Amino acid sequence: MEKLLEIENLCTNADDKQILKGLDLSINSGEIHVIMGPNGAGKSTLANVIFNNSAYTKTSGTIKFNGEDITNLKTNEIAKKGIFMSFQTPEEISGISTLNFIKTAKNKIEGKTIYLPDLKKEIENDMSELGMKSELLHRDLNVGFSGGEKKKNEILQMLVLKPKLAILDETDSGLDVDAIRTVSKGIEMFKNDENAVLIITHSTKILESLKVDLVHILVDGKIVYTGTSELAKEIETNGYSKFKEGA
Amino acid sequence: MPKTQIEDLNTNIYDFKNEDNFEFKIQKGLTKDIVEEISRQKNEPEWVLEIRLKALEMYNKLDMPTWGPDLSELNMDEIATYVKPKSKLNSDWNDVPEEIKNTFDKLGIPQAERQYLAGVGAQYDSEVVYHSIKEELLKQGVIYTDFDSAIKQYPEIIKEYFSKCVPISDHKFIALHYAVFSGGSFVYVPKNVKLEMPLQSYFRLNSPESGQFEHTLIIVDEGASLHFIEGCSAPKYNKVNLHAGCVELFVKENGYLRYSTIENWSKNMMNLNTKKAIIEKNGKVDWVSGSFGSHISMLYPMSILKGDNSQTEFTGISFAGAGQNLDTGFKVVHMGKNTSSVVSSKSISKSGGISTYRSLVSILPNATGSKCSVSCDGLMLDSNSRSDTIPVNNVENDETEFSHEARVGKISEKAIFYLMTHGLTEADAKAMIVRGFANPVSKELPMEYAVEMNRLINLELEGGIG
Repeated sequence: MEKLLEIENLCTNADDKQILKGLDLSINSGEIHVIMGPNGAGKSTLANVIFNNSAYTKTSGTIKFNGEDITNLKTNEIAKKGIFMSFQTPEEISGISTLNFIKTAKNKIEGKTIYLPDLKKEIENDMSELGMKSELLHRDLNVGFSGGEKKKNEILQMLVLKPKLAILDETDSGLDVDAIRTVSKGIEMFKNDENAVLIITHSTKILESLKVDLVHILVDGKIVYTGTSELAKEIETNGYSKFKEGA
Repeated sequence: MPKTQIEDLNTNIYDFKNEDNFEFKIQKGLTKDIVEEISRQKNEPEWVLEIRLKALEMYNKLDMPTWGPDLSELNMDEIATYVKPKSKLNSDWNDVPEEIKNTFDKLGIPQAERQYLAGVGAQYDSEVVYHSIKEELLKQGVIYTDFDSAIKQYPEIIKEYFSKCVPISDHKFIALHYAVFSGGSFVYVPKNVKLEMPLQSYFRLNSPESGQFEHTLIIVDEGASLHFIEGCSAPKYNKVNLHAGCVELFVKENGYLRYSTIENWSKNMMNLNTKKAIIEKNGKVDWVSGSFGSHISMLYPMSILKGDNSQTEFTGISFAGAGQNLDTGFKVVHMGKNTSSVVSSKSISKSGGISTYRSLVSILPNATGSKCSVSCDGLMLDSNSRSDTIPVNNVENDETEFSHEARVGKISEKAIFYLMTHGLTEADAKAMIVRGFANPVSKELPMEYAVEMNRLINLELEGGIG
């Protein structure tokens, strides 16, 4: 087990408002971590800041990946290091087919041109595992996709791009039970001893069939408590009030 | 991105200059003597000179447009309106003088001709230097020739149609066009003849401080069908060049014409071009237009839906970068019953470029049962660029379906971030978004031209980032 992601004392602002207030987080390869927390605690901010989104300003702290400081790398360089992010609201790009997009992303990340028929075959296999219609590949990226199709498309990209760390930002939000199962299945297919998953979520449904290593509670810009998967169940029953008082 | 790369990319493949070698270059300015001298040089019939002189009078009477981009940089006293290249008209590339042939080689014209064109015309400065058409089309009665030859060989047809679609009095710059026009193409497609491969005319302006005023006249007869492609480019000079061409299209009953343009004039060009089509019963004209170059453009192709059930579609894109003001759009007049028009316009602006979509839709009282749908999108790549939409719609009967939607917005930072989290650089991400935005236009073009258009988009984007 190696240290994959190490975040120390991360503080960030957006529009002059402090959002993360000294966040620490460490993830090893082979692990699944979960971050839960009330609305506005900074969960999605964390995912964006790891990817150095210019809408956020880091005021202190470091982010290391595989021992390398990636705090100030450009977003695309961070992706090339092997980090992937599944978006809560995936962007719609008209005029660009889903296949063209995934192909471009794969080639950029690998730094080489992959033989398209092989890649397409792999994508179509993954799609069938996720119960996706392969015709989506020829439609414009996420344009006119249902909520479930968009989220599955994110999981598909994770499977094809094979990052070392996948951050899933509210991938389960707004999905029905069947779609959540499909997302869980995708995570199981992806997961191995070499990589890691960080799931940011509101609900515990997605965690039921996954073997979660650690659950972190994020309140007011800091991780206030870390526990095992039992912690998620407790949150489900009692909410965050206990942790808010402690914060 | 390393700075050196940016400089490399500034070298535009269109921007290569030949020496200003000419057989004859008329003195700068616009006078009766100059117009008469052009006519003499061209050794043309008297009736053509009469039209020229009438047009010159009209030009002097008409006012400059009171709307649109500022044209004060244009000084006709600094423009030579006629430059005769050192080449006669040829029908074999091997007979075209080396330097001029090389120019068209670099632009890929002879290669395109071999691969997917049914005929080619190539104009260098004021005269056409090459024209050819496939033998089998000649046998079917198709005429495709340079405009000067057409005046001499088919005077009756030319007299019947010339200036009947775009009248001399239309506006100041069309009057200018008729006073000094030279070169261009004439196409006639006989009844029920359907061309499977396109014809292409290419216009290259090499000479500095000069103008190009080609005249294109196309007649698609009953039940006939044609795809015509027009391309244009010029190397960049420090002083203003002028392009004031004219395109007249006549499409008869059940005829079909697709008119595609890829325009990449240099950034010192004033492009004041006029294009119009008259469409008879059941006829159809599709316009596909990509405007990338020029310093200032005023270009509003127009369809007149004269016959019942006639149709037109316009699919256009313009890309205004630093120092460019592209004022483009479309005009349609519904005259016949049950006529239909579909307009889809896209404009992109970056680095302070201004792009304006200006349109006129006129549905006349008799044009009942007509349909018109207009959609225009503007995409600004930064906050110092501008994109405007100025539609004028006159719907004069109640039995008509009309819709208009306009969207103007800045390129989405969220979309750029999304693509960057997938390994694309900022420039790659913007290029992908812009290519996607332009896709409805590029998919209307033949493959080779769509590739060319994407290349132009990449060139525009890469050249300016950093």
